[in-house]
Amino acid sequence: MIMFVVATIAVIVAIVIALARAILGPSLYDRVLAGNAVGTKTILLLGLMGFLTGRPEFLDIALLYALMNFIATIAILKFFAYRTMSPQMRDMSPRLGNGNHDGGADG
Amino acid sequence: MNDPVSFATEFHPSSSPIFFVELAILTLLVITSIAMLRMRRLFGVVMLSGIYSFLSAAFFVALDAVDVAFTEAAVGAGISTVLMLSAMLLTARREKPYAPGHAALAAVVCVIVGGALIYATLDAPPYGDAAAPANSYVGQAYVERSAVEISMPNIVTTVLASYRGFDTMGEVAVIFTAGLAVMLLLGIGSDRGGKDVRDVPRMVGREEDGPGLGEKPTLDDGGKSPSPKGGAS
Repeated sequence: MIMFVVATIAVIVAIVIALARAILGPSLYDRVLAGNAVGTKTILLLGLMGFLTGRPEFLDIALLYALMNFIATIAILKFFAYRTMSPQMRDMSPRLGNGNHDGGADG
Repeated sequence: MNDPVSFATEFHPSSSPIFFVELAILTLLVITSIAMLRMRRLFGVVMLSGIYSFLSAAFFVALDAVDVAFTEAAVGAGISTVLMLSAMLLTARREKPYAPGHAALAAVVCVIVGGALIYATLDAPPYGDAAAPANSYVGQAYVERSAVEISMPNIVTTVLASYRGFDTMGEVAVIFTAGLAVMLLLGIGSDRGGKDVRDVPRMVGREEDGPGLGEKPTLDDGGKSPSPKGGAS
């Protein structure tokens, strides 16, 4: 039991550190990575909470969160690789064509 | 009951470690939302809202609301992050500076509504109270009789699939119709399987805008200081 308590505290501290990087992080990739890290730590926290309450059968929920976190991160990164949700949406709107220049001026 | 200290002590009588976990998660949620308020770069706000969704999903699991938590993780952290990113592509990358007078008015409205909501929760029965109305009449009947009547161990499944079977069928029909309408509006196969998918030419065409590493200034937040006051002058 004491082991789970210590592990929970460590995971919460890790969430705090990753959250600090997400808030402070100068570049976009820092924030993507910090979001992914917070998601992973949340999965660990869910598993630990299951053991803290004596109901580790909720572990499968943590597994599903892991899948979702992975898919969300892939979606975000793919989104920034292609700059659109789908290749054709870009063709429909002429303004999106030079979105890169807009972003550069804004950023 | 209205005394916060006694409320906290009887909040989770059996499992006190979870109470501290909940306290930590709530603190992190407050920090995240304040950072979202103060941040002017919309991408950072989107990422923080994904983090917020994951943390609140963990909080829902700690409150034993597993199905709500799962919906929160799927919709909040998964879909709405991508939707917000695609919406951000249609607008600017930074939030516009706001007029302080409007912010003060909005703050007043928020404080009043939040105070009213907190005042309303003071009348609510304590968390996990067995005599609460939610646990007393119909809920208690479900708990007592569903195992006998439906002979299924999961009460949520018996309520959804048997007691409210027609209701669930109507919901499924509504969701199916909505999905069908969205597919018809967007066009079937326009995403990946259509004729005019131009992944490879796009990748080449992006070279004009700035090849590979040349995009970095865009993807960067501009290399400016992480201070949220950047656009808030």
